[in-house]
Amino acid sequence: MKTIIRGGEVVNPGGLQGKLDLLIEHGRIVQMEEHLDTTADEVVDATGRYIFPGLVDIHCHLREPGYEYKETIASGARAAVAGGFTSICCMPNTDPVIDDEAGVQYIVQRARDAAYAKVYPIAAITKGLQGKELTEMGFLLQAGAVAFSDDGRPVESARVMRNAMLYAKNFDALLCSHCEELSLVNGGVMNEGEASTRVGLRGNTRAAEEVMLSREILLAESMDGRIHICHVSTRQGFEMVRQAKKRGVRVTCETCPHYFSLTDEACTTFDTNTKINPPLRTEDDRQAAIEALADGTCDAIATDHAPHHIDDKQVEFDLAANGASGLETALSLGYMHLVQTKRLSLGQLVDHMSAIPARIMGLDAGILQPGGHADITVFDPSQTWTVEADKLYTKGKNTPWLGQTLQGKVTDVWVDGRPVLRHAAIVE
Amino acid sequence: MKRKHLLGLHGVSREEIEKILNQAAFMKKVIVSDHKRIPTLQGKSVVTLFYENSTRTRMSFELASKYMGAASANMSASASSVAKGETLVDTGATLDMMGVDVIIMRHPMSGAPHLLSQHVNASVVNAGDGMNEHPTQALLDMYTIREKRGGLDGMKIAIIGDVLHSRVARSNAYGMKTMGADLYFAGPSTLMPPGFDHLGVHVGNDVRAAVENADVVMGLRIQRERQKAGLFPSVREYAHFFGIDMNVLKLAKKDALVMHPGPVNRGVELSSFTADCEQSVIREQVQNGVAIRMAVLDMLTRKEQTR
Repeated sequence: MKTIIRGGEVVNPGGLQGKLDLLIEHGRIVQMEEHLDTTADEVVDATGRYIFPGLVDIHCHLREPGYEYKETIASGARAAVAGGFTSICCMPNTDPVIDDEAGVQYIVQRARDAAYAKVYPIAAITKGLQGKELTEMGFLLQAGAVAFSDDGRPVESARVMRNAMLYAKNFDALLCSHCEELSLVNGGVMNEGEASTRVGLRGNTRAAEEVMLSREILLAESMDGRIHICHVSTRQGFEMVRQAKKRGVRVTCETCPHYFSLTDEACTTFDTNTKINPPLRTEDDRQAAIEALADGTCDAIATDHAPHHIDDKQVEFDLAANGASGLETALSLGYMHLVQTKRLSLGQLVDHMSAIPARIMGLDAGILQPGGHADITVFDPSQTWTVEADKLYTKGKNTPWLGQTLQGKVTDVWVDGRPVLRHAAIVE
Repeated sequence: MKRKHLLGLHGVSREEIEKILNQAAFMKKVIVSDHKRIPTLQGKSVVTLFYENSTRTRMSFELASKYMGAASANMSASASSVAKGETLVDTGATLDMMGVDVIIMRHPMSGAPHLLSQHVNASVVNAGDGMNEHPTQALLDMYTIREKRGGLDGMKIAIIGDVLHSRVARSNAYGMKTMGADLYFAGPSTLMPPGFDHLGVHVGNDVRAAVENADVVMGLRIQRERQKAGLFPSVREYAHFFGIDMNVLKLAKKDALVMHPGPVNRGVELSSFTADCEQSVIREQVQNGVAIRMAVLDMLTRKEQTR
C-alpha cells in the first residue's frame, strides 16, 4: 500500500521546508520531494495545509489501570491522534502504580492493542509513589519505560531524590520532577495572588513550586545528574532553569498550553476545569512561559492531559480533582497563542511539540525524513472548531475551553504509515 | 430586584444595595413591633442548608423567614472530601423537588453557593462561603453605619484582624467601596492576603495607623486554630499588637462606631471595654441583621418584579 500526501507545506525541525510531497510505504516515509512523480494507492491532497512530524507529548495521564472511568489507554491514544500526537508518554500514577515490569508491559500491550498513538510508559521513581524505596529502574527500562517520575507528587525527601538521580546515572535514565513543596501548598487550590484574594479561594504560593524546582536543579548540578522539570508555570521557575542551563546543568523542562494561554483570572468563576496543579498563574507568568519557549529555555510543550470524570469536577472547587484534559486542544492553543501572536515561528512551535520532546525521551520520532517512521500530522491553520464535550475523543471532558472556538485543526494523522485520523475523524 | 440569587456583593450596584437597605428600614419596624408578622413570604418555602455550625446567622435567617410567614426548615450537612456523602448538586436537586423557593446556604468552601445556584431552580442566598463572601453580614454592617451616620460616602472605615480568612472583610470591601467608603485593612502580615490594594483598599499591618481618624472601627473574629497553624505566636501577643483597646480606639474620631460581626473574643480582637463602650453598635448589628435578611428574602422572592 502506497500513499502520497501532496501539496502540503512541510514543517520540520528548523522550520518551514517548503511544498513537498511525501510517499509512504511499509510504515516509512520513502520519498520526500517536490512534485513526486509516482503513482500510489491513495493520494491525499494537503494543499493549503501544513505537514508536521507526528507530535510528541511527554506528559499525559491515561488513568489505566485503575481509573478507567476517567480514561483508558485506548481512549487516550485516540484523543492523542485527534490532537495530532503520534507518540505520548504516560505517567505512572495509576492504580496500581506503574512501578514494576508487569505494569510497564501492561501499558505497552494495551497501547499496541489500541493501535492509535504510540504510548511510552513513564515508570515511578519510588515504589508506590511513596517517596521511600527506589523502583527497579534497570528492569523497568528493559521492559519499555522511557523515564521515571512520581508525577502528581514530589519526591519529598531530598535524600531519596538525590539517590534516585545518582542511581539513574547507571542507565543514563531521565527523572521527571513534579516540583511542589507540599508544606507550602498547605491546602491551596489556586495561585496565591490578587485573584485568589478576591474570591477567597485558598492560595497556593508560587514559592511552593520554585523551592522544589531549585532543589532539583541544585541536586542535579551537584552530581552532574540529569533532571527534567515537569510543567513549569512561574517566571522565577523559568529563570532558574535559564540560569542553570547557562551553568551547564543537565536540566530540561516543559510547560503546558494552559500556562501560556490562561491565567488565574479563569479560576474566579469557580469553574473547576480551571483547577490545575501547578495552578494557573498570573499574566506576568504567562508572558514568562512564552518568553521561555521563544528563547529555548523551555524545551518542550507537554499537555499534562489530566482527564477526569464529571463526578470528580462537578463539586465544590476545594473538592474538585486537579487537572485539565489537553491532548485535543494543545496544538490549536499553541498555534493561536504563540504563532498567530507572532511570539514564536511555526517551526519553533513544531520543534517544541515534536523534535525536542522526542530527544528528551530518546524516542525515534519528531522529524519527517526519507527512511524515517511515517508518523505524520496534517494541520489546517484556517479551520476553526468549537470545543464540545460530546465531540472530544477523550473521556475527560474537563477542559477550560468548553464552548470556545479555537483556530487550526488537525485533519489527518498517520502512525507508522497507518491512517488513524482522516478528515478530522478517527479511523475506526 | 432583578437578581435571582444573592451570592456576593462583588459586582452588585450601588442602586441595588440602596434598595435592600431601604427595604430593611421598613422590615426593622416589623421586628420592633408587637405584631411580628407580615405576609410577604406567605406560601413560600425557605430552607437553611448549613454545612458549618453557626447558631446566630442561621437563627437570624430563620426568624426573618418566620416573621414573613414562610414555611421554613433547616438542614445540617457536612462537607468533606473524606466522608463521601451526597454531593452538593444532588442535595440541591432534592431540595428543589421538595418545592423549596429559597435555599440559604453556609458552606466552608468558597464558591459552593455558586455551584449550587447553577443546578437548582430555587433562589440561593449565600450565608457565608469559605473565605469568599458573606453578603448579608456586609449589608447589615452598611445598614448600621447608614442608620447612624446617614451614609457611607467618604467614611473612613478600618477593618482590623484576620482579613485572610474573613468573608466579612471581602463582602465589606466590595459593598462599602461601591457605597463610597474609604477602606483601611490592618492586621498581622500572616493574616493579610496579597492584592487588596489592587481592589482599592488601603492595606497595612499597623492597626493604629488604620484606626487613626476613622469613622468606623470593625474588629474581625480571630479563630484560635490560626495560632496552632503558626500564623501568630500567641493570643497575648496578638491582643497586644493587633487588638483594639480603648487606647487604640482613642485614635479614631470621637464618635467612631465600634463594630464586630460576632461572636466577640473578649480581650483578643476587642477589649471588653471597647466592645461595651458607648460607641459600640455590636448589638444593634444583630437586630439589623434580621431586618436585612427579611429585605433580601422579600426582594428575591418578588417574582412579578423580575419580569
